Amino acid sequence: MIRVMLPAPLCTLARAGREVRLEIAGRATQRAVLDALEAGYPMLRGTIRDHATRRRRPFLRFFACGQDLSHDPPDAPLPAAVATGVEPFLIVGALAGG
Amino acid sequence: MSTVRALVGTRKGAFLLTADGARRQWRVDGPHFAGWQVFHVKGSPADPDRLYAAQHGDWFGQVVQRSDDGGRTWNAVGNEFKYEGEAGTHQWYDGTPHPWEFARVWHLEPDPTDPDTVYAGVEDAALFRSTDGGRSWQELSALRRHPTGPSWQPGAGGLCLHTVLLDPRGSGRIYTAISAAGVFRSDDGGGTWRPVNRGLQSSGIPDADAAVGHCVHRLAMHPARPDVLFMQKHWDVMRSDDAGESWREISGNLPSDFGFPIEVHPAEPETIYVVPIKSDAEHYPPDGRLRVYRSRTGGGEWEALTNGLPQEHCYVNVLRDAMAVDTLDACGIYFGTTGGQVYVSPDAGDTWACIVRDLPPVLSIEVQTLS
Repeated sequence: MIRVMLPAPLCTLARAGREVRLEIAGRATQRAVLDALEAGYPMLRGTIRDHATRRRRPFLRFFACGQDLSHDPPDAPLPAAVATGVEPFLIVGALAGG
Repeated sequence: MSTVRALVGTRKGAFLLTADGARRQWRVDGPHFAGWQVFHVKGSPADPDRLYAAQHGDWFGQVVQRSDDGGRTWNAVGNEFKYEGEAGTHQWYDGTPHPWEFARVWHLEPDPTDPDTVYAGVEDAALFRSTDGGRSWQELSALRRHPTGPSWQPGAGGLCLHTVLLDPRGSGRIYTAISAAGVFRSDDGGGTWRPVNRGLQSSGIPDADAAVGHCVHRLAMHPARPDVLFMQKHWDVMRSDDAGESWREISGNLPSDFGFPIEVHPAEPETIYVVPIKSDAEHYPPDGRLRVYRSRTGGGEWEALTNGLPQEHCYVNVLRDAMAVDTLDACGIYFGTTGGQVYVSPDAGDTWACIVRDLPPVLSIEVQTLS
């Protein structure tokens, strides 16, 4: 089980709580987590990753275990604490007002 | 008794304003999609409970929402706007080629007869259509692929396709307007397109009367006379009596012919409304006085409508999609400002009242007249 923390606007859009729990078959990677998230919450497609390129949207960051994972390759394994559900995978909006 | 429902898109959410036919007491419902920019909300003429909303955020991109119950509940539908084939380039502000990139939906135009068919005008300029209630979107790509496409350039708000007019005769004729490319017309449901800008003069381009390159801000059409078009251009208020084949200026005695919205009285096809703005650099009313101007002669001769509008220290703007009319016998005119006020005139512009005063900046208004 992997825990994913969503930014508040996406919680509203997905009608989910701040923390979403996902089951992933195979290795826990950013791509696997986001694929599972979008499969469970189709309204989030395109809001975290670009539909076509699958790249992270520029105003979003991925954090976990006190590290910035935003620029890690999408198929790199996530930290063991994330893969085992001890620590959450955080999807965070950039600190920009508006 | 009739009911009117105003669908208001703002920079921080959508609001639904409802009143009876007197239009004196209003119920304000919202914000929907709080915190998101809502560029446009519009109802289906064929099913007034079917609403579409264009929701956008810089963080999370584009979302399209659909309501099947008049705005009580909403569901996100499809948000993938994929250009067909090679996207190519258009001109950037400095004249260099710039890749065509989807940014956001500016305008949603539901089909007059089919609630599941809706058109989306987007930035970078393209026209999309959904025939399944917004679940999926297909580009009508001949517009973007027009041979002049690589020369199109963005206006200050981006290279946006902001106006979609569907010929109510069901002829398959579609008009679109793009800032800053101009007006394009299709006579075959979007299969082929050609620019219809003859008569427009724009000083900000190398050839002032070029076929494309004009910053058209808004088009309006009366449904009973679909070959007559009115235009608020960057500068100049214009009119065409031949479906866009030629345009002539009708700015007349306006204090400024710069502005964004233009509307037509629903029962009087020669009565039109604009909101003059001082200049392209000073986006507020001349002299700090918020005035709607009405022409009962199809342009040329204009009268200022001021009763109930602020006549001093007013420095708001009225954006291109932020004016609308209802279809009651005593026609209602509505507009919203970048200061968050929404005004209504229940008597075709003679008197005005503020429905709400402190919304986020208003991006758009559409009004439904419900029986």
